[in-house]
Amino acid sequence: MSSEWPLWEVFIRGQHGLAHRHVGSLHAPDAEMAINNARDVYTRRNEGVSIWVVKAGDIAASAPGDKEPLFEPSNTKVYRHPTFFDIPDEVGHM
Amino acid sequence: MYAQEVKSTGKGVKSLEEMEPQERAFQEKIDADIKIEPKEWMPEGYRKTLIRQISQHAHSEIVGQLPEGNWITRAPTLERKAILLAKVQDEAGHGLYLYCAAETLGISRDQMTEQLLSGKAKYSSIFNYPTLTWADIGAIGWLVDGAAIMNQVPLQRCSYGPYSRAMVRICKEESFHQRQGYDIMMKLVKGTTEQKEMAQDALNRWWQPSLMMFGPSDKDSVHSAQSMAWGIKQNTNDELRQKFVDQTVPQAEYLGLTVPDPDLRWNEEKGGYDFGEVDWSEFYEVLKGNGPCNAERMAARQKAWNDGAWFREGLMAHAKKREARKVAAE
Ligand SMILES: [Fe+2]
Ligand SMILES: [Fe+2]
Repeated sequence: MSSEWPLWEVFIRGQHGLAHRHVGSLHAPDAEMAINNARDVYTRRNEGVSIWVVKAGDIAASAPGDKEPLFEPSNTKVYRHPTFFDIPDEVGHM
Repeated sequence: MYAQEVKSTGKGVKSLEEMEPQERAFQEKIDADIKIEPKEWMPEGYRKTLIRQISQHAHSEIVGQLPEGNWITRAPTLERKAILLAKVQDEAGHGLYLYCAAETLGISRDQMTEQLLSGKAKYSSIFNYPTLTWADIGAIGWLVDGAAIMNQVPLQRCSYGPYSRAMVRICKEESFHQRQGYDIMMKLVKGTTEQKEMAQDALNRWWQPSLMMFGPSDKDSVHSAQSMAWGIKQNTNDELRQKFVDQTVPQAEYLGLTVPDPDLRWNEEKGGYDFGEVDWSEFYEVLKGNGPCNAERMAARQKAWNDGAWFREGLMAHAKKREARKVAAE
């Protein structure tokens, strides 16, 4: 059991107009085979119109420990949401 | 069920007060129904139990292709053949989703394969029974996939994100499996006397093994409590077995078939069926490797792995060569 095929993350565009979404991963020797395998593994019931595959090792991700420094600060910036501002009813829809 | 004997390594269920802050935060997340994701902190016992459970589940999907694969070339019509092929291909997919989920916990695919091929890892006892007639394909879809669904539906709520998401995909695909099996049974019981006998014979042979799929009785299932506290398991083995019997008996009646259990009767008080004790000695024998087809199943997996080695290595060598050529050209 020497040369394990690398791991690829699979992203599928479910319908025209939607973004690609992560659906899972699989092993394949190269990108071409990864796309072929992704078709068989993740779109057996017409679930997609487009497939992206990315080598799992090439994905940079935020660490779970970074959750607070990364996402916490936005909690205090409530003015980023439209509901922060009171607009009188007379003004109409805005 | 597909993971019938998962030994959890947690030492008995701790209360929140007994936990260190990290573990306590983890348990509170589970209690609040927040999913645990791959890189997050988790107790070693949780990780190990999940690796065992998910890999056993994956192995079951893969080995589970063999008894049905036996009939692909002999399906009675081209349509039945195409349906069975699609069903078996789904099971391969289920195995792959699950292997990937297990890999997020830090075990490699090759390690899992090695554990299966060396006999160290288990797979469901049900796949160690032979498929003697075409009616067995009906009985498997109806009973085995039916029991699988019973177990997999609650697993969609499992606390571990990747396992839960894999189960959602799997559950979407399973109901076709059960219905195609029941459809085969309906056809057979409407056929000749001989065909109806075939259907009854298949039910006779698959009933008990299907009940065993839910794992040992609760009184002998020592690992349930921790798995339930961790949100890996939602129902006890006996609860699910009861639900399965209650659901399946009326379906057998509709077919005009007799469930092979002299102790089976409706219990008005509990609103469910009473049924005879499962032959647990047979169950443990099959798990130990002494079922009718254990050796055959293992030999088939080993052969597939060994015969495929040149192909796996060849494709990898080709990919590396192409990559090197691309780099050289740049
Ligand atoms: Fe399955
Ligand atoms: Fe299935």
